Amino acid sequence: MTEQSSPITAAEVTKVAKLARLTLTDAELERFTHQLGDILGHAADIEALDLTDVEPMARPIPLTNVFRPDEPGEPLDRDDVLSVAPAVEDNQFRVPPSLGEDS
Amino acid sequence: MSDEQHSPNAVDPSAIETAAAVRSGDLSAVEVLETSLTRIEEREGEIHAFNLVLAEEARETARRVDDAVAGGADPGALAGVPVALKDNLCTKGVETTCSSRILEGWKPPYDATVVQRLAAAGAVMVGKTNLDEFAMGSSTENSAFGPTHNPHDLSKVPGGSSGGSAAAVAAGFATLALGSDTGGSIRQPAALCGVVGMKPTYGLVSRLGLIAFGSSLDQIGPFSNSVADAALLLEVMGGHDPGDSTSLDTEVPAVSTHLDDGVSGMRVGLISEMMGEGIAPDVAARTRAAAECLAAAGAIVEEVSVPAVVYGLSAYYLVAPAEASSNLARYDGVRYGMRVEAPTVGEMIEATRTAGFGDEVKRRIMLGTYALSAGYYDAFYGKALKVRTLIRGDFDAAYGNFDVLLSPTSPSTAFDMGSKTADPLSMYLNDLCTIPSNLAGHPAMSVPFGRGGDGLPVGVQVLAPALGEVPMFRTAAVLEAAAREEARS
Amino acid sequence: MSVDLDTWEIVVGLEVHAELATRTKLFCSAVNEFGGEPNTNIDPLTLGLPGSLPVLNEHAVELAIRVGLALGSEVSPSSFARKNYFYPDLPKDYQISQFDRPINVGGSLELPSGKVIGIERAHLEEDTGKSTHVGGGGRIHDAGYSTIDYNRAGVPLLEIVGRPDIRNADEARAYVTELRSILVAVGASDGKMEEGSMRVDCNVSVRRRGDDELGTRCEIKNVNSLRSLGRAIEYEAARQVDLIEAGERVQQQTRHWNEDDGRTHKLRSKEEADDYRYFPEPDLVELDPGAEWIERVRAAMPVLPAARRHRLAETTGSELEQTALVVERGLDELCLAAIEAGADPVRVLTHAEHNLSDERSLKLDPEQFAELVKMETGGQLTATQAKTVLSEMVEGAGSPADIAAAHGFEAMDNSELESLVDGLIESNPTEWQRFCEGDAKITGFFVGQVMKATKGQADGKAVTALLNTRKG
Repeated sequence: MTEQSSPITAAEVTKVAKLARLTLTDAELERFTHQLGDILGHAADIEALDLTDVEPMARPIPLTNVFRPDEPGEPLDRDDVLSVAPAVEDNQFRVPPSLGEDS
Repeated sequence: MSDEQHSPNAVDPSAIETAAAVRSGDLSAVEVLETSLTRIEEREGEIHAFNLVLAEEARETARRVDDAVAGGADPGALAGVPVALKDNLCTKGVETTCSSRILEGWKPPYDATVVQRLAAAGAVMVGKTNLDEFAMGSSTENSAFGPTHNPHDLSKVPGGSSGGSAAAVAAGFATLALGSDTGGSIRQPAALCGVVGMKPTYGLVSRLGLIAFGSSLDQIGPFSNSVADAALLLEVMGGHDPGDSTSLDTEVPAVSTHLDDGVSGMRVGLISEMMGEGIAPDVAARTRAAAECLAAAGAIVEEVSVPAVVYGLSAYYLVAPAEASSNLARYDGVRYGMRVEAPTVGEMIEATRTAGFGDEVKRRIMLGTYALSAGYYDAFYGKALKVRTLIRGDFDAAYGNFDVLLSPTSPSTAFDMGSKTADPLSMYLNDLCTIPSNLAGHPAMSVPFGRGGDGLPVGVQVLAPALGEVPMFRTAAVLEAAAREEARS
Repeated sequence: MSVDLDTWEIVVGLEVHAELATRTKLFCSAVNEFGGEPNTNIDPLTLGLPGSLPVLNEHAVELAIRVGLALGSEVSPSSFARKNYFYPDLPKDYQISQFDRPINVGGSLELPSGKVIGIERAHLEEDTGKSTHVGGGGRIHDAGYSTIDYNRAGVPLLEIVGRPDIRNADEARAYVTELRSILVAVGASDGKMEEGSMRVDCNVSVRRRGDDELGTRCEIKNVNSLRSLGRAIEYEAARQVDLIEAGERVQQQTRHWNEDDGRTHKLRSKEEADDYRYFPEPDLVELDPGAEWIERVRAAMPVLPAARRHRLAETTGSELEQTALVVERGLDELCLAAIEAGADPVRVLTHAEHNLSDERSLKLDPEQFAELVKMETGGQLTATQAKTVLSEMVEGAGSPADIAAAHGFEAMDNSELESLVDGLIESNPTEWQRFCEGDAKITGFFVGQVMKATKGQADGKAVTALLNTRKG
């Protein structure tokens, strides 16, 4: 480990929590910042590697062209699905309004 | 005490024996089930292996199995065998929670492919087992419904995240169990609970209906009391599924037929990087003993360096959380599961997720979100994907000289409950030896191999290249025989 | 508001989302249809249920390849990525799309004017569900709610990203029209903007003429018709010019077109934009159609609108633009066949352009169409009569000769016309005098009288010619 400064700041954790749609209390923010810092500090070992010429591996087994035919299957029963939904209106999923909110 | 009573290797009939007896009509599935249910009644209160016990449903299934046999039909290869399912496998009409508040009460409208295959083979599903919330953890303490205790010592963790499944098999609640393994979540609890646990080659078992954690790492695999039972279960549930794009279109390696082939002439490499720092001396000693016993059985055993595995932990704790941050986005209170009402939809989503997820899940979602976010992708996630390439490359090099590799499964035997919950990084270090196989997509399994200094089970890990299940099971069978021999003497 | 185009140049790039005409969704077997009962075309993946997994629809790939070939794109090995953002319409709270490796790379599209617009890429992705805002009196305690229908979620989309080569609203409309023709021609989409099968996002910027650098652009959403597209571009360009002329700067924004007030409104600025955290979709594998598949698709491709326009223009010797409408209506094959059968190319094209707007025109027999044109050019029918006969042919009334006979058009021969004209000269000496003195306006009087007497069956040109002959 090259330096002692925290690998992630409270401001960054706040930003990340917002992106992930999580609300943190002040105590949580402090604790998570510390814990995430520990983990990212450990990851400094790979940060330090020079991997310029190494190909990334997104999937463990390289496969190509897996398809399904364009044929309809059995749909789910709407009533079954709506019966476990938190709120329903006119056979649709009901949510609070998105007043002035960005998508 | 009951630990000895239910010590699997000594007392219980195997899944193979049970299925054979049920299929021939010598044993009734109902009787087999009642033995399981009685054990559950006796010890579930102190172990808490299950989120849900399906006693009535199981009795119904067992009766159908017996009826089939009586009617001259063959219920299948797992006829009447009690099986426990990790509670992140979708079961139609049966609550599936991932041990999370956010999914509490949710009943999937469909069965996971593996659940269908087990049912078709005549298995009797006895319940849904506890896990670390969304399979994130190594101790099953991160369950919203309370921790699972290790059947060998109730003050110890069973390991995780499939701790409930491991404990269920170790306590004799079920003959077999299914778990999922993203970074060791089958093998590590198997080791800590003294049972066999196996992670197949990525793509060998369908993930359809497995609630995703790290999609490029997750595999479903078996828990059992014996290597042969694990082989049978793998053969029943493995094989191509057109519903999973990453499912391999190949035959499941014929592990059962090669179990007794021995290791004579086989080349076995003991991974040096997994024998030093961070590994408890008693565990390292048992692993060396395993290597010696393979050598005694005719294998050529040498130490081998797989240098990149030391970066596995860092790469894993970027890749898995990154995928998880995306996989767990859907829990937004809109369509199913928990909702915390709020004036606007954005506030509702945030309030729901904040109340619905536990700390470890939040930690990993934030870590993954950070690793993927603009400005950090290349330094973290992108780099981690390259480390996967390095690890696979180093494994490939090792497998050029060795048929299988050997290491401890877990750095230590079962640890005290609560001892690592405050320090996530120390918890993550449990996965040191198991993670590299997930990153490479390779199979690996844990076999019980005696006990540590504290008298608790030690597991030894056998690793193999992709689709190298046959040499892996052959090696595991030799280790199992040696461990049983040693226990008798 | 309008922009002074001598000073300013408008620069437009369009992103068109086209719903592909598959039977099922992009990654699951739920049905792809418009207008179904809410939440009936659903399956575990459509709803983003835990444990569900995507498997790529082969036919959607086939359609994407067709569009790629039609646009002259490089059909390439590609992969899918997750675009992560929270949105109730988006069931997984991420969209499976193609990010750094799209299936179709590059290409171009030729407008009827002959101008070529560059294509950046055309990639596959899944559509979102649809939410409807209900109620709410506008007061904070009475804000209403939204309902969500996921029938559309997961429907295959091809996002076709055009280069900023468009310079005005007309070109933008022509681009969308042309793209729609291509999509329909290759069977990739029904192209119905009114049903949302084709949706346009529009990037607009302005710069002073002569500037090399592009101005700061704004992206305009919710442009649901060709009319809105033109209006939105013109409004937005004027807004940006006004800003710059007032000494302010255009800010990079996403804006929303409001059809009712005819304005664009700020949705969000670039700085507020989501961080989409794209990463490779681990649940899907690489997509590489390969040469064999691509060639198979290429071999089955229909002739595309631009090529059809060129062929028709060459055959008829007319301007390229004159063929646009005829090709758009799909009448070019009919025209070419009629010309092949010996009909006059210019008359054929003129009829197709002006007299064959009825959909049933496509069913015309080319031989009979040719016969009609020959009767006209042979003087057996006047232009007006030919038009009447043609419209009845379209209605399925029979051969041109029979229809003309039924109307008595053929009875009108030259001697009858001559006697009619001579009679008019005799009975209208004053008017005839004026005609002979060179008063051209009076020609109309005689033609009108003849038409009245013949109930419009006479050929106006023939009447004029006869009058001139009589004048001597």
